[in-house]
This record gives sequence, structure tokens and C-alpha cells, in this order.
Amino acid sequence: MTEAVRAPRRSIPNPLAGMEERRRQTVILALVVILALVYPLIYRPLSNAIPALPWPGTAVLVVCATFAILALGLNIVMGFAGLLDLGYVAFYAIGAYTTAFLASSHFGVHISWWIVLWIAVAAAAIFGVMLGAPTLKLRGDYLAIVTLGFGEIVRLVFRNLGDITIALPAFLGGAVILGPNANLTGGNVGINPIDPPIIPIPGPWGNQLIFSNQNAIASWYLVLALLAITFFICRRLRDSKLGRAWMAIREDETAAAAMGINTVTTKLLAFSLGASFSGFAGAFTGAYNTAIFAETFSYNVSILVVIIIIVGGIGSLRGVVFGAFALLYVDRSLLPWLGDNIVNDPMHNLGVSTGQQILADFKLTTYNYLLFGIVLVIMMIRRPEGLFPDAGAKAEMHGVGIAAEVTGATGDELTALGELEEVSLDEAPIAEPDAPPPEPPSTTTGPEAAAR
Amino acid sequence: MEELVKALTIGVTNGLIIALIAIGYTLVYGILELINFAHADVFMLGTAFTYFATELIVRGLGIPASSTLALVVTLMALPIIMLMTATINASIERLAYRPLRNAPRLAPLISAIGMSFVLQNIGLLLLGPSQKAVEPVLPRTDLVFFPSGAAWFGVDEIIVLGVTVPLLLALRWFVANTRQGKAMRATAQDREASGLMGIDVNRTISLTFLIAGGLAGAAGLVVALYYGQTFFQYGLQFGLLSFTAAVMGGIGNLTGATLGGLFVGIVAAMSDRFIEAKWTSVIVFSLLILVLIFRPTGLLAEQASERA
Repeated sequence: MTEAVRAPRRSIPNPLAGMEERRRQTVILALVVILALVYPLIYRPLSNAIPALPWPGTAVLVVCATFAILALGLNIVMGFAGLLDLGYVAFYAIGAYTTAFLASSHFGVHISWWIVLWIAVAAAAIFGVMLGAPTLKLRGDYLAIVTLGFGEIVRLVFRNLGDITIALPAFLGGAVILGPNANLTGGNVGINPIDPPIIPIPGPWGNQLIFSNQNAIASWYLVLALLAITFFICRRLRDSKLGRAWMAIREDETAAAAMGINTVTTKLLAFSLGASFSGFAGAFTGAYNTAIFAETFSYNVSILVVIIIIVGGIGSLRGVVFGAFALLYVDRSLLPWLGDNIVNDPMHNLGVSTGQQILADFKLTTYNYLLFGIVLVIMMIRRPEGLFPDAGAKAEMHGVGIAAEVTGATGDELTALGELEEVSLDEAPIAEPDAPPPEPPSTTTGPEAAAR
Repeated sequence: MEELVKALTIGVTNGLIIALIAIGYTLVYGILELINFAHADVFMLGTAFTYFATELIVRGLGIPASSTLALVVTLMALPIIMLMTATINASIERLAYRPLRNAPRLAPLISAIGMSFVLQNIGLLLLGPSQKAVEPVLPRTDLVFFPSGAAWFGVDEIIVLGVTVPLLLALRWFVANTRQGKAMRATAQDREASGLMGIDVNRTISLTFLIAGGLAGAAGLVVALYYGQTFFQYGLQFGLLSFTAAVMGGIGNLTGATLGGLFVGIVAAMSDRFIEAKWTSVIVFSLLILVLIFRPTGLLAEQASERA
């Protein structure tokens, strides 16, 4: 415990606190960065040398990094401030559509992406405030439903506004205000093409460097830079006064308010900052794909980002980034590979021989959310703190909350406190600067036993 | 005027179906304070089971789809389908929610989202990726006509009423008058105290999930027959409508869920008829958000205030 107190506050969580370990962490970080920078260049020789393995292509990595930005943004809302947002895709859509409106032939506006990016971020942040201001007073599960509804509304509005007629009722004259059949958003067809980000510098790539899906390698370096910016901002936010205010609210809103934190403003900031990163990712995705469709911004995307955070470790920055790369790699590379090489053909043959059309059409990738759903349930039950947990989140997820302090800890809570103690030894207490001193576990009752 | 009455009739019919699902949300929320995301997918499995039941009846047993016999046999399958969905719902509770009984609030919610995706994919595996047409077991004969001669409603609407209304009344009676119903109300009020009073809390919770799942299965049968199709994404579509209904009635409130279901059904039918079907979801979700912002305890706030 004394170690926990002495541990440097800013250190990245690591198995053993101490300078050497911090250096080791730096080395690991440097290796990851170098690998990220070099991978697109060695991808071809690598996959040619060992073709039997499902190496992720650079385009897959771009998607991974985009979701890492999304997940880092949602992590502010969910991990830091503890608000469950199931409609996070709405802000992603808003960012992407803002880009499409301002940098395509749809309205004939062609502003440089480097400027549009910031407009998209601002638009997403404004919508974040607009949704957050009236709803943040709601309780956790109600907020989840409201955001879910909002996400669906945004998708449907973008889809439906592709063909809209607004006219006064007949008894008011029936004048057409908008339309008839005005196309504001492209509807189901979407908006295509969108101007990709361009740097007008000639080089080996031609007259200008274009960051679109035609040039995944260049786009990878761009999205990596965006991810690095996002990661840096999130880290600074986490360690800032604001970050501590978020975590205080997450742990106990009433107590946080009593300590002088303006809970409304603080939560609203979490919501709008989270939303702005989603807009950031949306602006990139729209321009990178040079096309957007309303149907891609579905509820499933919101849930996928939630799953990334749960798997990676709620509140933990490196965990969330790891989760994004792991899950999107599984989704975009591993499952297609497993399907094509191992699963689809036997299933197809089984389907043909038994006459089951659904089995004959079997594609493993169709069932990706079956895997994710199972992973979500298992993670919640077995390892709710995620694979790379953050100290505070782990303690919270194991039920060590205010209840334990007030009521006196019961058997399973004490066991969980024991786990908290381990965490405090391992990691610097970033999330809970004034966490209660952990008590040693006095019983061996496990959480399952107590739950029965 | 006739159009209005007709839309109202469709609204009430759909509203009763929505109410059957909404009651499942409200029962579970009342007792566990958990939004059971998987509930609507249990309903979706109900539509899938009905699809297979009609396939079996028409293709397996060779009973003509439009005959009265086919309808009677299908309705006799109702208890079996209800039993299946009830078992599934109770097993979900056992597997995914019970281990998280003492975890923070959001943990079972996230687990429920995971279960919802699992069930949705089971539906996908059973039904395939597109809508599946259900055998036309339900007769579409129009019975009642407007003075002008236009059709008002028919046998299908009456059968929907004939299934949904008795179930809603039976549930009301069960919760209000039986010993188990009393245990459910007590557990909803204070789980620990009920445990101390000798109520088997886990059994009561399982019973609640059984009842909710059974009602979802009944709703599944009615939807599959009345809409004439089933789809693996019905869970999300009907789930949000029903959840809106449950919240409007004040979540945890049984009468409220029924009235909320009727209200949502009527609003949706009106929007389908007088605005445009593609805007209906937007209108219903906006309504949900507005109700949650301005009246989070529901439109029948007095009875539900204890819960919120």
C-alpha cells in the first residue's frame, strides 16, 4: 500500500511500479509505434513470405484506427464520466455528413478537408450539447435508451431527407415550402463522391498526395496521426482537473456535487468532447471512403464501439486502443479468413446435402455479432474490467462502490476489496486519488456464492 | 372520418400487440430495475417459432393454409410457443443476469445487450437474412363495413383481440390476486425485505422472466400471423416501440404499459396513414425522448412515482 502512495501519479499502469518498468513501458510503446509506422511497408513481403496467416491489410488497419478514435471518444463519456451512450454513431454520422455536405458536388461546395475536419468536429460537438443538455439529468439506463433513440433518429433522418416534400396543409393554401421531393442528404443512395483529403505536394505518389481508400498506405499515416492526437488529448484530459471531476461523478454524483463540482457542466463537457471525437472520426471516414450511406451508421456501430471499450477495459486508454485493433481485426480480417479457408465450405456442403438453404448460403462474417454478443456477456460476467483495466474501473466493476463504504462490506465486497488492493499495489491510483484504504479480505466467500 | 376510424382501429390492434411486449419490459424492470434488451429478441424468436409451426402444419401435416382447421391448430400451438419463449427468457436470466445481481447497474444492461445480439443471430440462423412469408393461416375476411361500404375491420383483427385481451386480463388477475403475484409485487418493492419475509427471491425473478417470455411468445405468434411475415430484425423494430410504450405508461406499471402500448400503436398508425410510414419511427422515438425528458416517470406518474 505504501508503494501505491509513492508511485508516480502519471506513470502508465504496469505490472510492477518503478523506474525500470517505466522504461520498459516506453520501450514497448516505441516498438508499437515503430511497428505501426513500418507495417504498411512490410505487409506485402510479409504476406508473400507466410501466406497461410491472416495478415491484416493496410485498409483494415485504417478501419481499426478509425474505430480506435471512436472508442477513445466514447471512452470519455462511458469510461471517464460513466454515462452509457448507445447512440454514439449519431455523431459519427453527423461528422461524416458535414464533410459530405461541405466537400462534394452534392451542394457544389468544395472546401478543403483540412478545414472541413474542424467544422465537422464542431458540428458533432454542438449536437452533443443539444442532446446532452436536456437528457443528462436522466438515470443511467434511461440515458442509454434516449441516446439509442437519438442514434436511430439521426440515421433515419439522414436516410429520409433524401426525398422530402414539406407543404402547408390544404386549408392554409397548400404552398410547397420545401421540395417537391427535395434531395438534402442523398437518401439511400448516399453522397458520392466526396473530396478526399489532399496535400498538393508532388512526389513519388504523383502531383498531389491523396488520402483516400485508393491510397490506403498514405491514409494509414494520416489516421495514425489523428489517432495519436486523440490519444494525447484523452490522456491529458484524464489527468486534468476535468478528468478527475468526471471520475468523481462516475463514482458518486451526489458526493461530487457536494465537493463543488458543477455536475451538469462537467457531464455536458464529457458528452460534447466525446461527440467531437466521433465527428473527427466521421470526417475522416467520409473523406477516406469518398462516399457515405445512411445505412452504414446503424445501431450496430454504436454497440461495436461499446464492445471495444468493454473488451479493452473501460476507462483505460491503451486498453481501448487495443480493443479497437483486436476487434476490428477479428471482424475485418480474421473472420473472413476463417470463413473462406475453414468454415464456409463445410457448412455449404452440409447445407447442400441436407437441403438447408440457409446453411448453403452460410458466410461466417454474417454472424460476427453473434461472436461479439457472446464476448460481451462473458466479459461482463468473468472480466468486467476488460483486458487492460484501469484501476478505478476495475474496482467499480467488481462492486466496490459507495455501498460497501456505507453499509460495511459484505463477503463478496470484501473479496472485491482484496482485488482492489492488488490493483493499488500494481498501479498508481489515478482514478481514485482519495480511495478508501482497502481492507484485507476476511472471508473466502466468492461473488458467485453471495449472489445465490 | 372513415380513414381516421380505420387508422384508429389498426392503431388499437397494433397497440395491444405492443402492450404484450411492453408488459415484459415493465415486469422485469419493476423487479430488477433492468432494461431487458434481449426481451424483444425473445419476441422475435416467437415469430420465428410461429413461422415454423405454420410450415409444419401446412407442409408437414398437409392441412390447407386457408382452412379453419389450420387456424385452430396454429392457435393450439400458442401455449407451446409461449412455453418455449418463456423457457428461453428464464434461461437468459439464469445465464446472463443472475451472476451480475450484485454488480453495478450497467453490468447487467451490457450483458443484456450481448444476449440480444446472440438471440438476433440465432434468429438470423433460423430465418436467413431476409423477411420470411408466413403461411396465410389467418383469414383476411372483412366483417364490419362503414356505411359507405368501405371495409372497417375483419376476422384477423378480431382474432388478434381475442388472443391479446384475455392474456392482458389474465396477467392483471395473476399479479393482483395470486400468492405468486403478491410475491412478485413484494420483490419489486424491496428485494431484500421480501427475502427476509421468506419469499424465494430467485424463484420469483425466474417466474417473472417466464411470464414476460410467455407474453412475448404470444405477441410473436400474433405478429407473425397478422403481419404475415417474420424477420430477424423484428426485435429491434418492435423492441423500441414497446419500450417507448412501457416508459410512457410509467415503467413498472402494468396498466400503464397497456395504455402506453395503445398510445404508441395509435400514434404509429396515424403517422403511417397521415404523414409517411418512413417517418413513423422518427416520430415514436422523438416521443420517447420527449417523455423521458419532461415526464421520466411516465404519463401516469402518480402510481409509478415510487419506482422512479
